[in-house]
Amino acid sequence: MRIPCPLCGERDSKEFSILGDATVKRPDPDGPDAAGEFFDYVYLRDNPAGTHCELWFHEAGCRQWLVVTRNTLTHEVAGAELSAGRKAKKR
Amino acid sequence: MRYSALSIVKNALSGNRHWKPVWREREPKKAYDIVIIGGGGHGLATAYYLARNFNLTNVAVVEKGYLGSGNVGRNTTIIRANYLLHGNNPFYAHSLKLWEGLERDFNFNAMVSQRGVLNLVHSDAQYDAAARRGNSMRLLGVDAELLDRRGVQKYAPYLNFDQERFPIQGGLLHRRGGNVRHDAVAWGYARGADARGVDLLQNTEVTGFKISRGRVTGVETSRGLIRAKKVGMAVAGSTSRVAAMAGMRLPIESHVLQAFVSEGLKPIVPGVVTFGAGHFYLSQSDKGGLVFGGDLDMYNSYAQRGNLPTVEHVIEAGMTLMPSIGRARLLRSWGGVMDMSMDGSPIIDLTPVKGLYLNAGWCYGGFKATPASGWCFAHLLATDEPHQLTRAMGLDRFERGHLLDETGRGAQPNLH
Repeated sequence: MRIPCPLCGERDSKEFSILGDATVKRPDPDGPDAAGEFFDYVYLRDNPAGTHCELWFHEAGCRQWLVVTRNTLTHEVAGAELSAGRKAKKR
Repeated sequence: MRYSALSIVKNALSGNRHWKPVWREREPKKAYDIVIIGGGGHGLATAYYLARNFNLTNVAVVEKGYLGSGNVGRNTTIIRANYLLHGNNPFYAHSLKLWEGLERDFNFNAMVSQRGVLNLVHSDAQYDAAARRGNSMRLLGVDAELLDRRGVQKYAPYLNFDQERFPIQGGLLHRRGGNVRHDAVAWGYARGADARGVDLLQNTEVTGFKISRGRVTGVETSRGLIRAKKVGMAVAGSTSRVAAMAGMRLPIESHVLQAFVSEGLKPIVPGVVTFGAGHFYLSQSDKGGLVFGGDLDMYNSYAQRGNLPTVEHVIEAGMTLMPSIGRARLLRSWGGVMDMSMDGSPIIDLTPVKGLYLNAGWCYGGFKATPASGWCFAHLLATDEPHQLTRAMGLDRFERGHLLDETGRGAQPNLH
């Protein structure tokens, strides 16, 4: 499995460590149903068989957090982008 | 037909032409009292104990592939009851007791071999933790012996005692642990359930649930609709996918775990040795192959195969612990999909859908739990009440904050 790091190019997955699902969003702690939303955020996962967006850290490379899109049935990596850049784009 | 020494002699004399198939191939009926999804170890054990303990035989086990095609035939065959927490270990202690009488109970040779499980420790802190774990086990009536370095040297002289990164300081020996012929567990339970009238439906994939007014009324399958008053899920790595068909999201991720076997060798490793600090454990099969494994590949996967970096990591750890394995040739490696729960412990409980029951979250510890899992899940399905041994294994424990976190690693499923 190789991951196309936007800064370092295509690198072996051995250089990276995974955190997990990149789609979960930290809820507002002051929101009306904060307890329920935090339960959801901390514990519940879609765990899809197929396309999965996940956070990987390029530990032995540029030391950046990436959002990698990968297929959990085939291990095919469709793409990777910087996590930081992604957030900025959305704002 | 009951298997016995006499039956072997009789069949030998008639040229072994009259053995009957171990279970029947059935056509699905239109309706059952209970349908169990998943024809692996846990599903088959559940069907067996439903029939044996509760006399419930209008039961079907539906399996998308062939019986025992998942993790029950992919694990490294270890049984043990060396857990720390009191919400967990009485359950595993019960499982160990069931293992000890299993072959007589279901009249099938599962080659249960209590050859001991040794967990190595490499620091004062780990030694103290092992002592604490051993005391916890003994309080619950499970055997545990704390070995110092000399004790381990005597018990397992083939390990490398000169390595400096993880010097072996001792270990916790659990003599009643050991190995079991895993395929035979699936076959034995299947045969026992079939003999009591349970229908085993292979190549029958569940494609959806029939739910009306919050209550399950049946399952859609690749062989048509099967109505059921109650449906139990025991589908390990596929849990999230099957539960999603009933509209549930669960505290589970699916991860791949690899295992390995070497060529057959003369006896060298009498029991199971685990080297947790290096992510490696091994035992020797009755055929002589060294059977070993390590940690997860760490990323979410449904692929039933892993990648080479983990292979390399496991082999490196193996060479650190036991350099002599470098002379053995690796025959095979394979992967299975683990239902990793958010606290590393299993879930056996009712679900928000009435009549739908969940047995999941076994992480990489499902095999040893097979008898007790079937025993307790059958109890839940039959009585609608969680078995006393699984009261701490509820689905709502995450929301309530009553986690069963053996390793204290939090909601990071790949670290458990």
